[in-house]
Amino acid sequence: MPEAWIPTQLQPLTGGVRRVSASGGTVGEVVAELERRFPGIEARLVQEGDVMPGMSVVVDGDQTQLGLLQPVEESSEVHFIPAVGGG
Amino acid sequence: MPDYEPNSVLSNTSYKVLGTRPVRHDGVEKVTGHARYGADVSMPDLLYGKLLRSPHAHARIKRIDASKALALAGVKAVATSADLFEVSDRASDVEPGEIRNFGILSANCLARGKALYKGHAVAAVAATSPHAAEEALAAIEVEYEPLPAVFTAEEALADGAPVLHERLATLDSPMGPGGMLDDGDDAVPTNVARHFIHELGDPDAGFAEADVIVERRYRTEAVHQGYIEPHSATVYWDKDKITVWTSTQGHFGIREQLAKIVGVPVSKIKVIPMEIGGGFGGKTIVYVEPVAAVLSRKTGQPVKVTMSRTEVFFGTGPTSGTDITVKIGATNAGRITAASADMVYEGGAFPGSPLASGARCIFAAYDVANLRVDARDVVVNKQKVAAYRAPGAPAAAFAAEQAVDELARALNMDPLELRLANAAQEGTRQVTGPKFGAIGCVETLEAAKEHAHYAAPVGGGEPVPKGKRRGRGVANGFWGNTGGPSACVASVNQDGTVSLIEGSPDIGGSRAAIAMQLAEVLGLRAEDVRPTVVDTDSIGFTSQTGGSSVAYKTGWAAYEAARDVKRQMIERAALVWGASPDDVEYDAGTLRHKSDPELKTTFAEIAARQMKTGGPIVGKAATSMMRPGGAYSAHIADVEVDLETGKVDVLRYTVAQDAGKAIHPSYVESQMQGGAVAGIGWALSEEYYYDEAGLLQNPTFLDYRMPTSLDVPMIDTVIVEKPHDGHPFAVRGTGEVPLVPPMAAVANAVYDATGVRMTSLPMSPAKVLEALWENEGTNKKA
Repeated sequence: MPEAWIPTQLQPLTGGVRRVSASGGTVGEVVAELERRFPGIEARLVQEGDVMPGMSVVVDGDQTQLGLLQPVEESSEVHFIPAVGGG
Repeated sequence: MPDYEPNSVLSNTSYKVLGTRPVRHDGVEKVTGHARYGADVSMPDLLYGKLLRSPHAHARIKRIDASKALALAGVKAVATSADLFEVSDRASDVEPGEIRNFGILSANCLARGKALYKGHAVAAVAATSPHAAEEALAAIEVEYEPLPAVFTAEEALADGAPVLHERLATLDSPMGPGGMLDDGDDAVPTNVARHFIHELGDPDAGFAEADVIVERRYRTEAVHQGYIEPHSATVYWDKDKITVWTSTQGHFGIREQLAKIVGVPVSKIKVIPMEIGGGFGGKTIVYVEPVAAVLSRKTGQPVKVTMSRTEVFFGTGPTSGTDITVKIGATNAGRITAASADMVYEGGAFPGSPLASGARCIFAAYDVANLRVDARDVVVNKQKVAAYRAPGAPAAAFAAEQAVDELARALNMDPLELRLANAAQEGTRQVTGPKFGAIGCVETLEAAKEHAHYAAPVGGGEPVPKGKRRGRGVANGFWGNTGGPSACVASVNQDGTVSLIEGSPDIGGSRAAIAMQLAEVLGLRAEDVRPTVVDTDSIGFTSQTGGSSVAYKTGWAAYEAARDVKRQMIERAALVWGASPDDVEYDAGTLRHKSDPELKTTFAEIAARQMKTGGPIVGKAATSMMRPGGAYSAHIADVEVDLETGKVDVLRYTVAQDAGKAIHPSYVESQMQGGAVAGIGWALSEEYYYDEAGLLQNPTFLDYRMPTSLDVPMIDTVIVEKPHDGHPFAVRGTGEVPLVPPMAAVANAVYDATGVRMTSLPMSPAKVLEALWENEGTNKKA
């Protein structure tokens, strides 16, 4: 089952749990599963059907532009990290 | 003469074009003065815009009366923030995926309600000459209500501190650009725009496991990118069409920002990128474009706004001043068990310090299981900060790499050995959570350790002059690099050359680097490709030249466009030979039938016949590559400290850096050398220096002291090619990471020379002297 890493600021919503195994074939489905178990978390990760402003989704070490549509595998790690610009 | 090979390339792969050093395509135009920069734009009926700037660090704007200015001869219009579209500055209104708050950008271009720093633009004039415009500024009456101000994060965080924004939202996440509270949210007013924590493992347990712990507080001041060319934009708002000529790192970004701030669709705006005289991150956001646009709308004439050097210092964004406390613990065997950092970054007058990337990078050179970073973005009454090479990472490295040096001394270990023993590797988990892919941290450190510099005596073994001391310092740095959308179109000419159209402004030799990747695929010479950077109407969306992204992302687009050309070339040869494309192979510009050795032709011959074999051959590609390989840069600095004056001279300096594959080694070396020199300036002499009322005291290059060629030695380089598995040619970005370690490397060298740990920048003679006196326990000033 894919494993979602919960950002520190959202861990109060998961009772302090940092990593959550959540079923789903896409990042969006993983987030929906998180919401079922930890109500309120989706609103911190998703805005208007897309990931939050300034947020990047990283699956298995690779940042994706597909956001919630990104497919995940049973062994995937899903991270929500800040989008970073550069100079 | 060196007794070793200078500027070496440790390469594992060879190509026909990549790794060679052709003359850059834009070189002749630039050295002969024919290249056209932002300020070179001229056209009939052109008006000149000038900006009126606040004399107060913090003041409410009660009234602006421009009637006397408008009555002056030659004055055509005056604009204020009331002429801009009122775009929301609420944090919750930022659109998904967006990293900028357009309401804040707008208020930085022209103050809305309050002036938030000395130099904040409050009004603008358009006139028939620059002198008439300047005269008119003096005739604009602005009634201010001065307010108490805060100039450092420490002041801004104090109880009862004056608040810049009554409605500032404090985000608890590193995500998004920040902004103001929603209506109805009655949170307590604050200057903290963001406060977040990253934690990995169990830092408390990790520190409990340590035999040695070091902890120290470090401070840095704001520094400017110091690009040679001041900002300049010309805008013509002709009925419902807006044309912009500007010097920028990203004309698509300028188009989007301008569209939001003046309230028109992007399709109504064309941005033409002029040549750019340096940017280093500072030319990624609008300053003068919206102002010129509304002045043009008011007058019906094109308006050019060009900043002076002093205006650049007063009105654009330096990087953050920072206040960082680092704590690191290790066993006696040299294994780092835990690290933590308390990071406070000044955002300037608005939210937006590069805190997220600083937090990501601070411990990224190390494989440590237990990490904690507590990070705050704080607003102060100074210029809104902007990106500067590896935003956020250099200040972080100044703190962390000195802490590691201190740890090495406590453990009696060689500082590079300690770094190697704890180096991040493929699979190391970052403080933000994800694991690293293939990275070159170990290889880069080993290259530094094996360099002749590291074995040589400091100062070449020459006797140390009386009253001086010499020392050596090392430091490592990481930058994650970025990617993004990019597009390329490659049109084959009938003379066998290729015209390559791209959307990445060239700030560091990227025309050559992109053309070479296309040439490699097609088996052409770099000189056979003519690269051109075109406007926003003439190529697909291309994200900005920033984040060390262009050689990676636009290189990949060029690679795909070349493959498209190659496919069409094969189809044309097959057509001529009456064969299937599957029977044709393409190798280094030659096409052959796989089973008939008589059938052979060349790229040039197919190019010449293209109109008779189906028409123009045009390859194109649009990509969105988001898997850049991060890069490391390990630096060795030798310094000599004058104990009487406190002056620090850099005697020798070497940079070893991972480039994945150096497409054009000379331009990679230039980035490494430029980054090191910029870092030496940041280390020793550069700072925004304010008086007690918040007035910047050094807004010229006479007083804002950047190093010249007389101040630094030749910077030696070692390009390490640890392949990046996320790019067809293994490319990693190289432009930013060399600015990450220099301040720490120099500070560590000063410590080695004097036994004094320099905890604040710049290490100016006065500051070094004070530290030496303090270290001696005597006050020689008395």
